[in-house]
Amino acid sequence: MCGFGGYFGTVRDGKGLLDRMTAAIAHRGPDEQGIFTTDKAGLGHARLAIVGLGDGQQPMSDATGDLTVAFNGEIFNYVELRERLRAKGRRFRTGSDTEVILHLYEEMGEDCVSALNGDFAFALWDGRRRRMVLARDRMGVRPLFYLRQGEQLYFASEVKALLQVPGVVAELDPIALDQIFTLWAPIAPRTAFRGICELEPASLMIVEEGRVSTRPYWSLDYPDADAPPRHRDERAVAEELRALLGDATRIRMRADVPVGAYLSGGLDSSIASALAAGMAPGRLKTFSVTFDSAEHDESGYQREMAQALGTEHHAVACGEGDIAAVFPDVVRFTEQPVLRTAPAPLYKLSALVRDAGLKVVLTGEGADEVFAGYDIFKEAKVRRFCARQAGSRIRPHLFRRLYPYLPGLRQQSAEYLASFFGAGGSQLDDPLFSHRSRLDGTAAAKLFFSGDLRTTLSGYDAAEELIARLPPAFRRWHPLHQAQYLEARFLLPGYILSSQGDRMAMAHGIEGRFPFLDHRLVEFAAGIPPGMKLKGLVEKHILREASKDLLPPVIGRRPKQPYRAPDSRCFVGAGRAGYVADMLDEGEIAAGGLFNPKAVAKLHEKCRRQPASGFRDNAAFVGILSTQLWLATFTGAGASRARAA
Amino acid sequence: MTDAIQEAVEAFIIENFLFGDTTQAIAGMDSLIENGIVDSTGVLELVAFIEDRYGIAVADADIVPANLDSVARITAFIASRSAALAAA
Repeated sequence: MCGFGGYFGTVRDGKGLLDRMTAAIAHRGPDEQGIFTTDKAGLGHARLAIVGLGDGQQPMSDATGDLTVAFNGEIFNYVELRERLRAKGRRFRTGSDTEVILHLYEEMGEDCVSALNGDFAFALWDGRRRRMVLARDRMGVRPLFYLRQGEQLYFASEVKALLQVPGVVAELDPIALDQIFTLWAPIAPRTAFRGICELEPASLMIVEEGRVSTRPYWSLDYPDADAPPRHRDERAVAEELRALLGDATRIRMRADVPVGAYLSGGLDSSIASALAAGMAPGRLKTFSVTFDSAEHDESGYQREMAQALGTEHHAVACGEGDIAAVFPDVVRFTEQPVLRTAPAPLYKLSALVRDAGLKVVLTGEGADEVFAGYDIFKEAKVRRFCARQAGSRIRPHLFRRLYPYLPGLRQQSAEYLASFFGAGGSQLDDPLFSHRSRLDGTAAAKLFFSGDLRTTLSGYDAAEELIARLPPAFRRWHPLHQAQYLEARFLLPGYILSSQGDRMAMAHGIEGRFPFLDHRLVEFAAGIPPGMKLKGLVEKHILREASKDLLPPVIGRRPKQPYRAPDSRCFVGAGRAGYVADMLDEGEIAAGGLFNPKAVAKLHEKCRRQPASGFRDNAAFVGILSTQLWLATFTGAGASRARAA
Repeated sequence: MTDAIQEAVEAFIIENFLFGDTTQAIAGMDSLIENGIVDSTGVLELVAFIEDRYGIAVADADIVPANLDSVARITAFIASRSAALAAA
């Protein structure tokens, strides 16, 4: 796990630029830095040494010096690949996974990515063909951004490295802001930065003289809804799933440093921790966040699981004031506005891991996408159920069961519940049916956009763009698979794995590993019949079946508790961070030009007066505050005030 | 009296849910939910407003879209309950 930056083309003082780029992302790789330049290309690398501690320096060249790679992430099946390559007569000079990429590329060209099982982004300079190959892992665990400027192409693991390129000025992309205020994240390749793109997950980019081409090398696919089921025997499915998950975990325990695990107290991280505890050479270290507020805190379950596994458990408390205190740093690392504070506790958690002396943790992320764990999947099912009998006074009560933790829903009548969730039958053929309530609820926060921004965005519809990006087969899939695709293809890489994942972990030089996102497991799970994943209203049924011997019953039977953190109230209590008032000051909002200053002032006042605000007000408050922080951090607007904070 | 109630309801919605934005459709029978103006927490804010401002006790059974999902419905609901209170 590391970070890299580089360029293709003729660049004046390329070495100086690479120095600045790697310095900007030094947090990703505090152990070593390296630089490679030729007349036509340059690579810079900041290394977090995990595999091949003594001989894995990067950028790494092959024996001929023709191929050079800068690589961020891990190739988990590098042991098997190396054996296969050795059997073909290839000789290795190091014990690192990086060298495997070089040999594999020599064997297969850029198609080598299809043989890799890992979380990776890399840039490979092929001196013979005078071309640069950029690649990113299937699910989008590791980031890769790029920027074209005339004949040159620049790329890096984080945008802040690209901001070192002469002539590049950070500017917020209004379309990206609209997408964030609808979908929670920009639709790749768009990023929050105008003119700076992201290489999409599972994609290759080839950069040659006068030509740049991009293509996917893998795609998430589901069977047609009317196709005969691939699996019928639930027990056999559970056994195969368990075997795959075990192997996915086993190869993710490979490291020349100790591997720990995040333990939230929920099903997924408990399974990952249980499997890891059985494979770790010593006593596994586990790490958790605890909250002051009972509605967010899961420490009882965390302790229960840690005791059951006998792990060395570490926890960090995260109060509302802590979230406010770290939020400016959080935005500096997410590099995009966010509508939730949920990344902030994860920022504190990765600091806890670093302070405990570890560099690598397993997490349970991805299980909700792969095995249908999110409430939104159940919500869509209930909405379809209600739509079949429009006007039913009984069916909408099921919504209350889905969200027992939302106080606003407990007291609502069946009629209101049906209205809130748009349970009428008219939109059943909407490709975004499963997510429409969430998208509409989120987009309501655009109420605060300024008149100028509304004019700029006039005629643009983020949901329509999302629909345009769906593959042709989408409409033939089962509704649950459609909903899973929307989560796994867009929200997972755009927000969960980036703003809550890579960016929060790497802020403190911590590598997260995700057994549930092993592509073999993802492909297998896609073929599991929907009813085995979401059985009635029991989420992740087949995963529970496959892992019931691993967990205490109280954890194994636990219903999903979404990971949430306190939102606007973190920023409005007495004595809270002074930067908030500065960032939301009417003059500052007016200077930013994105939001209506008077409306924001009223929202701020409402949140102060009434800290238990609803979803829209919370999302709007956090979204506006993070956008203002983004402007201050990356464009210098209000920078003096941000620094004073 | 109904005009005064309607004005007060509109003012509350514009201030509390629209933060001063007067361009959104809240006239007459426009649905507050379908237009994204009121969510589940917002309904409870609306009930608190009616109780505090007009001294009306809103029972759970009254919290239905038929009474509260538009300015016209809210106005009619308040007028009817206020009249009942006055007659009692």
